[in-house]
Amino acid sequence: MRKLALAIAVIAPMLGHAAWAEDTIKIGYIDPLSGGGASVGEGGLKTFQYLADELNAKGGILGHKVEIVPLDNKTNPQESLVQAQKAIDAGVRYITQGNGSSVAAALSDFITKNNTRNPGKEVLYFNYAAVDPSLTNEKCSYWHFRWDASSDIKMEALTNYMKDTASIKKVYLINQDYSFGQSVRTDARKMLGAKRPDIQIVGDELHPLLKVTDFSPYIAKIKASGADSVVTGNWGQDFALLLKAAADAGLKVNWYTYYAGGAGGPTAIKQTGLDHQVFQITEGFANSGNQTAMDYEKAFRAKVNLSLWYPRAVNEMRMFKAAAEKANSIDPVKVAAALEDLKFEVLDGGTGFMRKDDHQFFQPIYISSFGKLAANDPFDEENTGWGWHGVSKVDTAQAMVSTSCKMTRP
Amino acid sequence: MLELVVISTLNGVLFGMLLFLLSSGLTVIFSMMGVLNFAHASFYMLGAFFGFQLTKWIGFWPALVLAPLLVGAIGMAVERYGLRNTHKHGHVAELLLTFGLAFAIEEIVSMIWGKSPLDYRVPALLDFPAFTIFSTNYPAYKIFMLAVSIVIFVALLVVLKRTRVGLIVQAALTHPHMVGHLGHNVGRVFMAVFGVGSALAGLAGVIAGPALVTQSDMAASLGPILFVVIVFGGLGSLPGAFVASLVIGLVQTFAVALDGSLASAFGPLDPSAGPSVLADIWNVTIAQVAPIVPYMLLVLILIVRPMGLMGTRES
Repeated sequence: MRKLALAIAVIAPMLGHAAWAEDTIKIGYIDPLSGGGASVGEGGLKTFQYLADELNAKGGILGHKVEIVPLDNKTNPQESLVQAQKAIDAGVRYITQGNGSSVAAALSDFITKNNTRNPGKEVLYFNYAAVDPSLTNEKCSYWHFRWDASSDIKMEALTNYMKDTASIKKVYLINQDYSFGQSVRTDARKMLGAKRPDIQIVGDELHPLLKVTDFSPYIAKIKASGADSVVTGNWGQDFALLLKAAADAGLKVNWYTYYAGGAGGPTAIKQTGLDHQVFQITEGFANSGNQTAMDYEKAFRAKVNLSLWYPRAVNEMRMFKAAAEKANSIDPVKVAAALEDLKFEVLDGGTGFMRKDDHQFFQPIYISSFGKLAANDPFDEENTGWGWHGVSKVDTAQAMVSTSCKMTRP
Repeated sequence: MLELVVISTLNGVLFGMLLFLLSSGLTVIFSMMGVLNFAHASFYMLGAFFGFQLTKWIGFWPALVLAPLLVGAIGMAVERYGLRNTHKHGHVAELLLTFGLAFAIEEIVSMIWGKSPLDYRVPALLDFPAFTIFSTNYPAYKIFMLAVSIVIFVALLVVLKRTRVGLIVQAALTHPHMVGHLGHNVGRVFMAVFGVGSALAGLAGVIAGPALVTQSDMAASLGPILFVVIVFGGLGSLPGAFVASLVIGLVQTFAVALDGSLASAFGPLDPSAGPSVLADIWNVTIAQVAPIVPYMLLVLILIVRPMGLMGTRES
């Protein structure tokens, strides 16, 4: 009798295990988990782990369990390739990364080469946040899919909004000195020049990526320039510290940003006391008014204790599942084919699609401002009592840009 | 223009004083013991994290006293049980010990407090603009930082140059055996010096934590510039470190304020040449290279005056 009990005790967990299909789908999450980008990277990791748990609770993808493998790249392209190779050697066939377009360019190139050299062992690269336009233009790859709107799409929408704000006269550009920051400044110059030639660009600054600890000298320069608005693509501590220095110096300008909502950003904005003068452009935000998204936000916050900063990660994982089911396979080659031109209902409402030509996902885009909560805005950020309020929405059709991508198809 | 000059000068002095606060402990340890402490920035980080934790429990002001004492105690333990044993194997062994210690401290800190920046706030008492120039506010907290730096500079100078304690400490460096024969416990003197140096780093951490970012990579991001300060000022010279901190603070701040590039001085390159490495160098502004200016200064001073601004020793 005891032997039987023992046998059951040993076998039962195995049976439970066997409920999952043979292979676990391992997704290599390559992002900064230490250094200046760590706060952003850790938030992303928690988001993806939440999404994996959610998929697994509903039976995974085609019966396969989804597992997120965290890999620390210290926001360094070289380190990312080491981590990617490590992941591939450990059987990872899907890689997701977001922070740093310099990293993304290196990864995309690495994975493309890997797939040419190792037929039958292809790897897909899901990019959830690196927005340098070149990744879906001159440097595009068949194996790379991007869920975030590229920098030029965001700038198109942002400048459309700025165009109608008559009070903007003098604009200051401050960005991180790498491919993404440079694309923000060139796009801003080009698009503002075309849409509002009367706006004067009074400053155009590039500073080192995630290295500056005190932005006071930069704030002094912005102040001296007489700018009324600042456009910045800064993210992570580069945004939080920039605003912290602005708060200390008492700089009063309007901020047009890509990533004001990232970790530390809301706290710093609250310190500046700029009520609804800081704008951000995203594919979704907590107070979007879409009931499904807001319920999701509530559940997410309750479990992860963070705001859902990556609605695009939700879209990415759900679309991955949809594509695998469409292809009836978890083979990366078949999933890639199924993803092309796949239409998808995004988290914050509306339909998006993964364009076949360049593997860029197109979706509705929102501009929101940060300040005191309105009556129908339930969510604040970082316990500041302030939250995001929608000011403008751009539909998928208006958020499209052309591409110069000529990708090599397998 | 005047506005930018005045404000940049102020910002430069404030940043320079913070650098001095950080490098004073390092230079004290070096001048008294001849140990180049690679873990110094890590003690600074410990100070910031202890400061954060104690502020949460008992408030900022008690933390300002307690955290440096704690860091000082850890420093003394490191001297007593680590450096003293490696001392007989020469400076390289000591250097390696502090080098390893820096990594260990970083890992331990990120294990306990995580890798994200902490919400370490300026105390409410100092959270107001001290004065306003050209409609730019200067937070009282930064003025507080400045005052603490100057007090420490004066106090250290007086203690080392004008008191018996300073005399014994200086003598113990060059003639340890003689000092020992005169009845002083040389080991304890060294332990105290290392403790004080670490406590100074800890104090800098408690104060700089709310002004900059408190996170586990703060040691790595400020460590290199400290060495620039003490090498530039002259290894082991306290007034040298003071002047060097100011110079580097000002140079870095003004470099950010300048937009000049080779292109603006000599006109743009022929666009037909297309994008190239040369075009990148041609168009880069001084502001963009501001963060590396201190390191260029370091190289320059090592070529022109290897002992540093006010250093005395050649090595």
